[in-house]
Amino acid sequence: MASLNHYLILSGVIFTIGVAGVFLRRNLITILLSIEVMLNAVNLSFIAFGHFQGSADGQIIVFFVITVAAAEAAVGLALVISLFRHVETLNPDAFRQLRG
Amino acid sequence: MLIWIPLLPLLGFLINTVAGGRLPKSISGAVASLAMLAAFGVSVVEVAALLNQARGGRELVQTIYTWIASGDFQIPLTLRLDPLSALMILVVTGIGFLIHVYSTAYMHDETAPEYARYFSYLNLFAFFMLLLVLGANFLILFVGWEGVGLCSYLLIGFWYQKPSAADAGKKAFIVNRIGDVAFILGVLLAFVRFGTLDFQRLAGALGPMAPEAAFGAVSLIALLLFIGATGKSAQIPLYVWLPDAMEGPTPVSALIHAATMVTAGVYLIGRNAVLFSHAPEVLLIVAVVGALTAVWAGLFGLVQTDIKRVLAYSTVSQLGYMFLAMGVGAYAAGIFHLFTHAFFKALLFLGAGAVIHALAGEQDLRYMGGLRRDLPITYWTFLMGSLAIAGVPGLAGFFSKDEILYRTFASGHAWLWLIGAATSLMTAIYMFRLVFLAFHGPRRARGSEAPQHAHLHDAPRAMAIPLVVLALGSILAGYAGFPEMFGGANWIEHFLEPSFTAPALAESLEGTEAAGVAASHSLEMVLVIVSSFLALAGIGLAAQLYLKHPGVPARLAARFPWLYRFLVNKGYVDEIYDETLVQPIRSLSENVLWKGLDTRVIDGAVNGVGTIVVETGAAVRHLQTGSMRAYALSVLLGAVLMVGYYLWR
Repeated sequence: MASLNHYLILSGVIFTIGVAGVFLRRNLITILLSIEVMLNAVNLSFIAFGHFQGSADGQIIVFFVITVAAAEAAVGLALVISLFRHVETLNPDAFRQLRG
Repeated sequence: MLIWIPLLPLLGFLINTVAGGRLPKSISGAVASLAMLAAFGVSVVEVAALLNQARGGRELVQTIYTWIASGDFQIPLTLRLDPLSALMILVVTGIGFLIHVYSTAYMHDETAPEYARYFSYLNLFAFFMLLLVLGANFLILFVGWEGVGLCSYLLIGFWYQKPSAADAGKKAFIVNRIGDVAFILGVLLAFVRFGTLDFQRLAGALGPMAPEAAFGAVSLIALLLFIGATGKSAQIPLYVWLPDAMEGPTPVSALIHAATMVTAGVYLIGRNAVLFSHAPEVLLIVAVVGALTAVWAGLFGLVQTDIKRVLAYSTVSQLGYMFLAMGVGAYAAGIFHLFTHAFFKALLFLGAGAVIHALAGEQDLRYMGGLRRDLPITYWTFLMGSLAIAGVPGLAGFFSKDEILYRTFASGHAWLWLIGAATSLMTAIYMFRLVFLAFHGPRRARGSEAPQHAHLHDAPRAMAIPLVVLALGSILAGYAGFPEMFGGANWIEHFLEPSFTAPALAESLEGTEAAGVAASHSLEMVLVIVSSFLALAGIGLAAQLYLKHPGVPARLAARFPWLYRFLVNKGYVDEIYDETLVQPIRSLSENVLWKGLDTRVIDGAVNGVGTIVVETGAAVRHLQTGSMRAYALSVLLGAVLMVGYYLWR
């Protein structure tokens, strides 16, 4: 039987994969996907906590997170498309115009 | 009703300001003059109502609204008409109206907008002056006080294209400012000490107190107010602005710098007679300053060659007389002299204006002479004014001046009387020097322009009528104070007396005659004979010097060159002030305050703040790399640090 710790370890691993994706990949779309991975890792721990404490609160929060993530994905992808039209690349290191 | 007295001139001011440039000259002049005439009419009605009241408590009060209300501090906008104010409003509106009428002719060469500007200033002046004399507390008086100062500045500098006129205006304003600082300090101290700014309540609070033996708070209030008065009324040491103020149009000199505004200081002391009576040391200062000013200014009047400057020094000197009277406690005599002086000095200025008008701007006595034949009206009215100011028996100046000299002598200050008598002699000399130089003897036009002036015409009707009315006033005004010695009632003194006593005492004044004064009619008679003799002697001396032996003055000047230079240069007072005050202040302002304090400290602080922001920005801008990963990394690190802190704490 899987205990809370198992779920939390799995959640931590997925979160770390997401962080690694954000920092290591050089493609904006992949970075967005990595952020989704991080969000879902957090969702997993919420669900796990909720389940083991016998409360529905964790699930409620997850619904909010999914909603926000959907909005974020829509906006994020729109931005990425718009950026691509300007500079014909998806490499995040190309966008340095705001350097002080 | 009282409010209409100042309001009517204000209305005239508004009309001439708003519509002035578009109105024809005849209408803007008529509006201003009619506003004054209407104000005079209302004043007469109000004063008549005042006279119907019982003598002890004569007053009319009108509170328009509460101006300032802050806790216990209440300043209502209240106008109060008492005998002193009554006399002042009659002088201001009556003589003011005559001078407005005179101005319609005198200023006729100005363009329509300038003409309207002139009359709007004149009306505005009348408004502030009436507010000054009607205000029931110090704050309203102060508004009027500053307002007339402003109008004085505007009118002295009326011909602002002329640098000397613009400078004279600034000088008047700045010198007055010095006095005004003292004035407002005195007012504040009076409020702190007595908790009221109302003249009557102040007098009521002071009434039961004994006069201050040592120099205390009451004396300090009185002294500060007096310093304010020396500025406005051109007394030593702040008299220097008045002679320069003659740069303004001549009717302005007559109205503001002779008849009304410069007497505001005398009025201020009269209004606070109870306060000053409680500060005997300050009263002595007032008397001494007045006497010294009278003789000092009289000396310069003897040698000035500009017709208006002679009259200006004469005004300073006569104001000195008024302060002398105030200083020896003869408040009614001082105000009486103010009243008669308003007539003959306005007349003299207007007469001088008529001369200047006829000679197309010539003001130098050396280039006049013989005008008696061409300007008969001007000559005769001017002569009346000169006789009146010289103190020839039977004319206005005789009664008021002798009242002052007698009361000075009776107060025990024989040496002040001596100064006053000497001034009286000088007054007769310089006035008749002026008359003889301008109107008698041969015509002495400037070389090239002699033929053009062959035919001069006398004052036009709008100028002649005020001259004649004022000449009548100069003859008759004195009979308001016809002394008891000659079987008169000295009506004006009895009329004014309640204004100079604490309110509680005023009611009991009924029937109490000045017993101690009545006993010494013989002394008064002797003094009157002496000063009449002095007046006639002065006229005779002037006749000898300037008619019979016209070479003598030049020989006297050659004989005492240092004295002559001293007098012609007005005692070098302007130069001394310039060296000891103006230049040090200018140098202080320029080198310390401007280049030191302002540029270094204040600008330095402001620029320093700017520099700090710029430098900090330059230093931290490198954090903004523009790289998205770097930002994300710092977010991650921040999150890790915060979580770590809470976990390992």
